[in-house]
Amino acid sequence: MIEASALTARFGATTAVDQVSFTVADGEAFGVVGESGSGKSTLLRVLAGLHEDWSGRLVVAGAARVAGRGGAMSGAVQMVFQDPYGSLHPRHSVDRALGEPLAIHRIGDAAARIAAALAAVGLERAQRFRYPHQLSGGQRQRVAIARALILEPKLVLLDEPTSALDVTVQAEILSLLRRLRRERGLTYVLVSHNLAIVAELCDRVAVMREGRFVEELSAAALAAGEARHPYTQELLRASRGYRRQR
Amino acid sequence: MRAAAWHDWLTAEAPGSARQARLAEAYRLLRAFARHRAGMTGLVIVLLLVAAAILAPLLARFSPSAQDLALRLKPPDAVHWLGTDELSRDIFSRLLYGARVTLGIVALVTAISAPLGLAIGCTAGYAGGILDAGLMRLTDVFLSLPRLILALALVAALGPGIGNAALAMALVAWPPYARVARAETLALRGSDFIAAARLAGASPARIVLRHIMPLCLASVIVRVSLDMAGVILIAAGLGFLGLGAQPPTPEWGAMIAAGRRYMLDQWWVAAMPGLAIAVASLGFNLLGDGLRDVLDPKQR
Amino acid sequence: MSAALLEIAELRLGFGGDRPFEALSGVGFTMGRERLGIVGESGSGKSLTGRSILRLPPPGAVMSARRLSFDGIDLLTAGEDALRALRGRRIGLVLQDPRFSLNPVMAVGRQIAEAYRAHGRAGAREAREKALAMLEAVRIREPGRVFDLYPHQISGGMGQRVMIAMMLAPGPDLLIADEPTSALDVTVAIDVLSILDEEVSRRGMGLVFISHDLDLVAGFCDRVLVMERGRIVESCEAAALESAEHPYTRRLLASRPRRRAS
Repeated sequence: MIEASALTARFGATTAVDQVSFTVADGEAFGVVGESGSGKSTLLRVLAGLHEDWSGRLVVAGAARVAGRGGAMSGAVQMVFQDPYGSLHPRHSVDRALGEPLAIHRIGDAAARIAAALAAVGLERAQRFRYPHQLSGGQRQRVAIARALILEPKLVLLDEPTSALDVTVQAEILSLLRRLRRERGLTYVLVSHNLAIVAELCDRVAVMREGRFVEELSAAALAAGEARHPYTQELLRASRGYRRQR
Repeated sequence: MRAAAWHDWLTAEAPGSARQARLAEAYRLLRAFARHRAGMTGLVIVLLLVAAAILAPLLARFSPSAQDLALRLKPPDAVHWLGTDELSRDIFSRLLYGARVTLGIVALVTAISAPLGLAIGCTAGYAGGILDAGLMRLTDVFLSLPRLILALALVAALGPGIGNAALAMALVAWPPYARVARAETLALRGSDFIAAARLAGASPARIVLRHIMPLCLASVIVRVSLDMAGVILIAAGLGFLGLGAQPPTPEWGAMIAAGRRYMLDQWWVAAMPGLAIAVASLGFNLLGDGLRDVLDPKQR
Repeated sequence: MSAALLEIAELRLGFGGDRPFEALSGVGFTMGRERLGIVGESGSGKSLTGRSILRLPPPGAVMSARRLSFDGIDLLTAGEDALRALRGRRIGLVLQDPRFSLNPVMAVGRQIAEAYRAHGRAGAREAREKALAMLEAVRIREPGRVFDLYPHQISGGMGQRVMIAMMLAPGPDLLIADEPTSALDVTVAIDVLSILDEEVSRRGMGLVFISHDLDLVAGFCDRVLVMERGRIVESCEAAALESAEHPYTRRLLASRPRRRAS
C-alpha cells in the first residue's frame, strides 16, 4: 500500500523528516510513535499529499507521488485529525460535511450513503442535521471518521485521533476504529505519542525521533517491552508511569 | 399558540432537515442579537432611517423643492418642523428625501465594495505566492491614499453626480475588506477542515467559495457596518464640495454646505442635516458593534 | 491523620445566563498535609474545584459552600486582602501550559525573584540569589543563563519547572497542580513529576493533584477523589483504587488502553 524510500520533508529551514524509508502492506495497521518535534505529523501529511516540500520516492495506493503542488485529490487516501473541534467546518451541518465528498465525486444516492455512514460509526439519525458546536468531542470525531470513510478509501491516516478526547470516549473510538478496519479491510497509518494506544491498535510500530526512524518493531514486541534501541526503552519506561520515591 | 410552536420547532434538539437546521441557526443568532442592547438600538435607528427614506412621500408635508419665498430661513415651528432653508424649502421634507440619497449611496457602495474586497482578499489569502503579493500591492496602493482625496479625484475625473460619487467611494472602500478577508483566510487556510476538504477532492475554487468565504463573511459584515458611518461622512463631504448629488436633489452634506453661511443666526439650516448625519452614523456604528459581538466565531 | 489543612463542605458553583446549570453540586472533602488526587473527565468540575479553593471562580459563576477553610482560616468570610495574602504565599497554583501562565515580557528568573519580593520576603539581591537557588532545585542546568531567558525561549518542560519554582518560592503549605504535565512529552513529564515529588516531600506540603489520568494520579498521590459531573463519586486510598466499586470508577479503570498480550 505504501512504499517510501529516502523520504525527506522540510518545514521552512528545518528538516522535519530525514531520509525515512518504510513499507506498509495492504490491510496492515502501521504505527508511528514519537514525541513532539519528532516529525511524525509532517510524515503523515506528506503521505496524505498535504505537505508539498518533500523529496525522495513515494508510492501510495499504487500511484507514484510527485513532489510539489498536486491537483485535486482522488479521495483514495483519507485522514482523521487530532482535534475534533477543528476538523469539521463550523458552519456546515453533519449532513453537509458528509455529503460534500459525494457531491464532488458525483456519487449518487447521497441520502442513503450518509445514513449508512452515520450508522457505521454509531451515530443516531437525529445527529444528521446538527452543527458541530451542538455535538460532543466524541461525536465530532465519529463524524470525522464517517467523513473519512464515505468515499470508501483504501488507506486511512490517523493523526492522534484520540488525544483530545476524554478517557472513556477514547476507548470507544479506538474500539470503533478497530472494528471498522476489520470489517472493511482498511490499511491504517496511526501517529501518536502514546505507546499504549499504538500498541493496542497497530500490527507494526516505528519509533521516530528528530525526523528519523530509530527502530521498527512489532506491536507484540513493544507490548512485551522488548525494545532494542535505548530511546525506545526510554519511551517504554516513561510510558509505564511515574513511580514515586517513598 | 403558533408562536410557541414555531419556537419549539426552531430550537429542536435534532433538526429533521437541512432547512430546519439552517433556520434554527439563524434564529439562534437573531435571539443572541436581540439581547444586545446597543446593537438593537443601532438596528432601530437604521430601520427608522430606512422607513423614513421609503415613506418620504407620505411623511413629508412639503415637496423637497417647493419654495415659498416669503418663508425664507424660518426657524422650526408647527408648520415647518425643522424650519426652512435659504431657498425657503422645508428642511424636514428635504431631510426625508435626503435619506433616500444617503441610503442609496450607502447601498450602492456596499454592494460594489464588499463582494469585491471579499473576493480579492480570500483569493489572495488562499492562493499565496505571486497572486497574493500582486493583489496585496494593489490593495496597498489604494490604501495608501486618503479616502476622501481619492474619491475627490475620481469624481473630478468622472464628473459630479450620485452614481459617480458612489462608484468613486466603492473603489476607495474595498481595500480594508480585502485586508480583513485575507487575514481571516490566512488563519483558516491551515485548518484541519480545509485539509479534509482537499483530501475529499475539492478544487481551490470550491474551497474558497464554500468553505472560506462563509467564514470570512462575519468579519467583513462587521467591518462594513462600522464603515458605513464613514461612507455617510464621505458622501456628505463630497456633497459638501458640490461633487455628489446635484441641486435641487436634497443631500445632507450639500445641505450643510449651503447652510454654512447662516450658521450664526439661522443655525438650524446646517445643524439639522448635521444631526441627521450624526444619528445615522451612530446607528450604523451601534449596529456594527452588535453584529460583531454576535457573529464573532470565538464566542460560539 | 495530620491536622486538617483544607476543609470543604457542600461546595456549589453555578452559572446563570441563558441556560443556567450547576457545575459543582455539593463537593466536600478534608485533607491534611498529604497528596490528594482529583480525577475526572471534561465537565467533571475538577478544575473548578481547584479554583474554588482559591476563591477564584470563573467570570459569571456564583460560588457557595457550607464550609471552606484553609488551616483554620475561613475563606468564605475572608476579605479580598486576606485572600490575596493567602494566594501565592500559602497556597500555590501550577497550571497546565506555562506559555499561558508565565508573563511573556519578563525574564523567567525575574519572575521567580518577584515571587519572593511580592510577599515581602526578600530584597532585590537576596531575591535573585534565592531565585537562582530555586532554578537549581528544579534541576535546570546553567541557572545563571536561564535566569535571563524569556518564556518563549525555553521549552515546555523548562517552563513548567520555572512555574513550579515560582510557586514554591514563597514556601506555600498547599500546592494545587491542575494537569501540570498534560501538555508535556512523556519523558519530560517524568522529570517534572520527580521534581514535584521531591519538593513536596521535602517541604511537607499538601498537594492537590488534578488530572484526567487515573494511573498517574494513583501512582503519585496518597488518596484519590473521582469526580463526575460536579460530584465526587469515589474517595479512597490510592492503593485501593483497583478494587473500587463505583461504576464510573470502574469505567475509567477499564478505559485505559491495554497492551495486547503477545
